Amino acid sequence: MMKFRFSRKQLCIPYALFLILFVVIPMLMILFYAFTGETADGGISFTLANFADFFTSAAKLSTLLMSFTIAIISTAICLLIAYPLAYVLARSGWKKRSVLLMIFIMPMWINFVLRITALRELLDLIGLLGTENYLNTIIGMVYDFLPFMILPLYTTLEKLDTSYLEAASDLGANKLTVFTRVTFPLSMPGVISGITMVFMPSMTNYVVSDTLSNFNITILGKLIDQYFTTYDNWHMGSMISIILLVIIFLTLLATGGFKEDKDNARGANLW
Amino acid sequence: MVKKILSVALCAAVLIFIYAPILLLVVYSFTDATVIGRWEGFSFGLYAQLFRSEEIMRILLNTVVLALAAAALSTVLGTAGAIGIFYSKKKVGAPLKGISQIPIINAEIVTAISLALLFSFVALYRTYFSLIIGHMVLCTPFVVLSVMPKLKQMDPNVYEAALDLGAGPTKALFKVVIPQTFSGILSGFMLSVTLSLDDYIVTAFTKPRTFDTISTYVYNAVKNGTNSSTPALRALSALIFVVMIAAVLVVNLSARKKKEASR
Amino acid sequence: MAELKKAKKPPEAAGALPTVKKDEKIIEMVGVSKVFDDETVAVDNIDLYVRKGEFITFLGPSGCGKTTTLRMIAGFDIPTSGKILLGGRDITDLPPNKRPINTVFQRYALFPHYNIYDNIAFGLKLKKIPVTYVNDKGEQYTKMQKLTRREIDEKVKNALAVVDLEGFEKRSVSTLSGGQQQRVAIARAIVNEPEILLLDEPLGALDLKMRKEMQIELKEMHRKLGITFIYVTHDQEEALTMSDTVVVMKDGQIQQIGTPTSIYNEPANAFVADFIGDSNLFNGTMVGDRTVRFCNRNFKCLDDFEINEKVDVVVRPEDIRMKEAEDGMLKGEVVSVVFKGVHYEITVMVGKTEVVVQSTECRTVGETIGLDILPDGIHIMKKEFTVNKYDGYITKRNTAAFGDGEFACDVTQLYPGSHLDEEGYLITAEGEQIDLTDTDVTVEVGLQNIEITDNAEEGGAQGHIVSIIYKGDHYQVIVRTEENEEDFVLDTEYLWNENDYVGVKIAPEHIRLALKQETKQK
Repeated sequence: MMKFRFSRKQLCIPYALFLILFVVIPMLMILFYAFTGETADGGISFTLANFADFFTSAAKLSTLLMSFTIAIISTAICLLIAYPLAYVLARSGWKKRSVLLMIFIMPMWINFVLRITALRELLDLIGLLGTENYLNTIIGMVYDFLPFMILPLYTTLEKLDTSYLEAASDLGANKLTVFTRVTFPLSMPGVISGITMVFMPSMTNYVVSDTLSNFNITILGKLIDQYFTTYDNWHMGSMISIILLVIIFLTLLATGGFKEDKDNARGANLW
Repeated sequence: MVKKILSVALCAAVLIFIYAPILLLVVYSFTDATVIGRWEGFSFGLYAQLFRSEEIMRILLNTVVLALAAAALSTVLGTAGAIGIFYSKKKVGAPLKGISQIPIINAEIVTAISLALLFSFVALYRTYFSLIIGHMVLCTPFVVLSVMPKLKQMDPNVYEAALDLGAGPTKALFKVVIPQTFSGILSGFMLSVTLSLDDYIVTAFTKPRTFDTISTYVYNAVKNGTNSSTPALRALSALIFVVMIAAVLVVNLSARKKKEASR
Repeated sequence: MAELKKAKKPPEAAGALPTVKKDEKIIEMVGVSKVFDDETVAVDNIDLYVRKGEFITFLGPSGCGKTTTLRMIAGFDIPTSGKILLGGRDITDLPPNKRPINTVFQRYALFPHYNIYDNIAFGLKLKKIPVTYVNDKGEQYTKMQKLTRREIDEKVKNALAVVDLEGFEKRSVSTLSGGQQQRVAIARAIVNEPEILLLDEPLGALDLKMRKEMQIELKEMHRKLGITFIYVTHDQEEALTMSDTVVVMKDGQIQQIGTPTSIYNEPANAFVADFIGDSNLFNGTMVGDRTVRFCNRNFKCLDDFEINEKVDVVVRPEDIRMKEAEDGMLKGEVVSVVFKGVHYEITVMVGKTEVVVQSTECRTVGETIGLDILPDGIHIMKKEFTVNKYDGYITKRNTAAFGDGEFACDVTQLYPGSHLDEEGYLITAEGEQIDLTDTDVTVEVGLQNIEITDNAEEGGAQGHIVSIIYKGDHYQVIVRTEENEEDFVLDTEYLWNENDYVGVKIAPEHIRLALKQETKQK
């Protein structure tokens, strides 16, 4: 008889178990692997060697730095293209602007490996492939992640209450001031969520860099992959993952991404 | 006026950037040339090759079956989870919602290796089980995200009204709560299908060695330098582009029309 | 809680509604409490019963526990303790779908994904009724069977007719106005032929005109259906207009149960008096046989209380007669006159007390008039006396003047974190300097914190002992001052003599001060 009081709540039990088994425990295992190493006799022991190794290895540090640079440049370019575009789309006053938006974010629905391969063909055709590895990688990141920047920006700009802008004009602000003092600050949530959605994958999505640099550029994500698949050193791979997680955490902290309403989370309003 | 020209120019430039590679592939899928850039006359040869290739057809089937299975399981698990979290006390619901965010915020590579560590520990590494779980980890949190707002929008009394009118809790759930959150459940399912079809990294770390999806197959083709030697992949890409664009247009436009009609 | 027994219905009310005659308890709540997870006590040990066929209303301000009580009857909330009986059967833990009770929700809670027909048919489609068959051998047997499509159609049609929405079957919920949705919600509930219909502020979302219409219709529906209506509202007018019985609630407790007339005319306590209708509330003391003293004057009244008992006196504004200045029992100056459509609301200052009068006659502001209150216009209610309360002010010396006396006190309690500087100014926690002289305050002193002494001049105030009541282990003594007849009520172990002239002593730490709020005129 008491059962009905709890049945709705009980529905979260399978999901809770799922999250614990396949999200929490695996993440704890990364933590465990990162701070352990194999001893000579094949046993496992606690060690900070992986951590020390990462920050003393010039190769790994330069990979980190290079990944960071590529991600920053890609994010900046995405923002520079997407902001004016989203602004034009959102403020166009055109009745079917949401249809127009859809054309711009269409790539979100299409397999990214195929899109990047198509881009590779185009870069090959115009002679960039094989010569401009860094440029190609950045073009690829922008190509892949641009829609994820456009969407949140469009959403915030479209929701922006025009009465704010009218009030600012009414109070004597010129168009530039209206933008810098009202529009842009109010669109910050969109900017932040766009940045978090582009920056992190730009550091890690090695399919893009591999495909467009003919496997010549190693970004942080690729490094993790290599330690798992090529070098078979899962402890080092886990350590790099932890470092990556710290970077993601700091980015979110710096941009205030934690406060973000998660509706803008990657692709959440795709369909 | 200048503003308008600039606006149109910007839109056009971005559209060209987005669609040029796609268009290029679609155009060159109608010629037999092995290398793009050399037109060797109009032909359906690549498509013929594509449909004759048992390997590609099997991979296509793999990909679709995996996506549908993962999406279906994720939708059931995520919908139940969202309903459970919604009706739970904050003490239970808040941490679950927090943990649910991890796969969304996390880099895919980290999710992938974390699963690799887990499944090799329990000797299920690179099995169909690890593959489907991997995809569910990617998809389920998004189902929760899609369903949750619909639950919040729902009048809290309608569930009670159903009980009041004689429905048992299960019946009330299926006759009232599920129908009213159905749009969220459906978009969660569609999103899951999209995410699963799109995925490379988690698939690469969890799939059985002999199993391939379109993503892993194409990536490996590039890696092994066999991309140009299998021009049939061009036809496959072109086909997928066209089908997906058409599907998205149809679904979104009809959904939009419905929304406008209901206003 | 002596008021818990239901007041007897006046015969004319019962005569108008023949169904009420059956004195059968359909719902009985015994010692029911509800404590929520966050430890808020929504309902605190209530006892009540509902008679079959009556229209009973739970009335009270928001948060008084009326909706929780209703939800426990519906089965949405389970009591933390106590029992709920339906026709004598314990249904405390019975889920809502198993109760022969249906609810009309505040915001309707119609199913938006069903049309009107499907909304109303929802309960019918789930229902199973026993049908008796005769088999080949001529034996009778009963089978639980669902209603047929035709039966459902018929019932839905009837229900729609009851709520005046014939032909609305195929309409969708979103195309209906608020009032129409409300009717559908009622139809959806009554179509199941419940024994009890629960209505949770069903008219709250409607505009005034619509609300008035629906009040009449609901009343009419109740008469026609003959089932029990349990209604929840915070609108006293609605409760008084529609109900056979009103249950007034506050802080999870029942304040009074009675007919609208008895609740209005004989409120059980100051809260009920204040909540139901407009009223003047006075602090009074019983001074003789059916004689009460307030506003410095004795009045004859109809209620009999112990002499010297502290009481609340309620006088409805329409029960005060205006007279020529010298002819009235009270004399005062008119301070405001407001026209209210049918009558004037005239505020008169009698000494320091505000008295509100309703009359069809007009007076002018500034005029001095007399006021008469007849015995049947005076309603006296027992006061739960736990603390002495006074209006006072702070003197130049930072002492408190109240009760015709002056007492040393701690004025820093008026502003948390404050202290006094050398010159006697109060420095607040924010560093602001305040001169408290003549600040109006309310003063509270506990009964056990007042001492009396034979040496009258030792006390902060002086007076005669007017009453000594033995309370088992102590005496309750009342000291009355001469000038303004202020009373100090105190508990003491020692026996004093009546009429002793004594001094009243209160330790400074026992004088609780609060800044006087601008009291809103009711």
